[in-house]
Amino acid sequence: MTVEAAAALAGKDLVGIAPLAAAEIQLVLDTAEELLEVARRPIKKVPALRGSTVVNLFMEPSTRTRFSFEVAEKRLSADTLNFSASTSSVTKGETLVDTARNLMAMAPDFIVIRHPNVGAPHRLARVIPASIINAGDGINEHPTQALLDAFTMRQHRGRLEGLKVVIAGDIRHSRVARSNALLLTKMGAEVRFVAPASLLPVGVEALGATAYLRMEPALEGADVVMMLRIQRERQRNVSFPSLREYYDFFALTPERLALASPDAMVMHPGPMNRGVEIDSLVADGSQSVILEQVTNGVAIRMAILYLLAGGRRESAADS
Amino acid sequence: MDSGGAATQQRLQVLDGEGMRRTLARMVAQIVERDGGDVLLVGIHTRGVPLANRLAGLLAEATEVEVQVGRLDISLYRDDVGPWRPAHQQPVLKETHLPTGVDKRIVYLVDDVLFTGRTVRAALDTLVDYGRPRAVRLAVLVDRGHRELPIAADVVGKKITTQRDEDVQVHLAEVDGDDGVWIGTEGRGDG
Repeated sequence: MTVEAAAALAGKDLVGIAPLAAAEIQLVLDTAEELLEVARRPIKKVPALRGSTVVNLFMEPSTRTRFSFEVAEKRLSADTLNFSASTSSVTKGETLVDTARNLMAMAPDFIVIRHPNVGAPHRLARVIPASIINAGDGINEHPTQALLDAFTMRQHRGRLEGLKVVIAGDIRHSRVARSNALLLTKMGAEVRFVAPASLLPVGVEALGATAYLRMEPALEGADVVMMLRIQRERQRNVSFPSLREYYDFFALTPERLALASPDAMVMHPGPMNRGVEIDSLVADGSQSVILEQVTNGVAIRMAILYLLAGGRRESAADS
Repeated sequence: MDSGGAATQQRLQVLDGEGMRRTLARMVAQIVERDGGDVLLVGIHTRGVPLANRLAGLLAEATEVEVQVGRLDISLYRDDVGPWRPAHQQPVLKETHLPTGVDKRIVYLVDDVLFTGRTVRAALDTLVDYGRPRAVRLAVLVDRGHRELPIAADVVGKKITTQRDEDVQVHLAEVDGDDGVWIGTEGRGDG
């Protein structure tokens, strides 16, 4: 049972994986498949979004995601404006909605937003006519990361349905884990979360995932092993005795990887902490697809921009 | 596909399977006469792709040279969709594949129907992002007139006089299950 791709995205925004139907996810992955080819051309640029403006509103540090969006925007010929919290009026006490309304006066077509607060993109999407793309909101969602992860899995395995995917690390503070679990279960994959009890969120089952407190049983037969960073910036208390102990119990080492299926893919959304959640031998090993994830991220973000450019009927009526 | 709708409206067949076979053979003869067999045929999605494949097969038979075929998707270069045009749906992207570089090659763009010329304009823009061909030529199965841009075909299978609001329907076995060309007053639009 492969999911038939939708003809278009239903909404004007991409605020998360939660509101997407499986057929819409399929459409994004199929579109990215064709856009991947643009990076291999002598002229790595197509005119699909010429004349449109994208504001990259990053209220949290980011290099990978911000660069990835910016490359995607430029390859589609959009004009880009970069806006980061440290240099903006946000530090002078302006609210998010006021900041965005002021930006709207410059008539952008898209706002890509990363924000430490859950729901910031959803709030903007309701009051701003531009298409809002969530580039990570607090511990809630990071939809383009989940899409690029799924794209990478599909590229290697030819399907998502039935894949056994282990996601290990700081699940509780991870928007990547949430978006991935939402997406993968919609597409018929099996998701296994592994973390110390202090780093597992409540309501794992609601995300369609199974929780494990140890790596070894979760890794059995796994097709994909995705490791997550310990997000010390989001933790109020210390959740485990030491990084050394964390490594001993939860790091992906060559010995542990051997428990997974022989050609299991090793993934990491970055930034990696070598020697904490992942051993260098695994991170740089033959099963690692970590750098492919970065390449695929550009194609996925191009696909989202391309598809949302066609779906602004509702927004035009609202504004 | 929409064979059920075939009976509902007036349709005039202008080319049947045998007629199409002869037409393609004539097009190949024109290509050979002009450029020999060392050409790159590039089909424009959707029906240009199987047409290019057929022409390549015939061309290979005629010249005993293996002819290369590519596929071109023009969606990212169209002038009728994009964020500056609200109320539209983005076209579903299809594969673009060129077997070799286009630098210094003689490239034939292949499509089923030449109408406004806007598809060909987009195809030219797409092609030049891949390199600098020695020459680009245009081969179409049907030229139905009503150009909106200064574009002309080099090889034409059949010229048909049409009204602007008429429909030219090309069926190819690879896509539609049968071969033929019809003019009708309603049905599937074609560019």
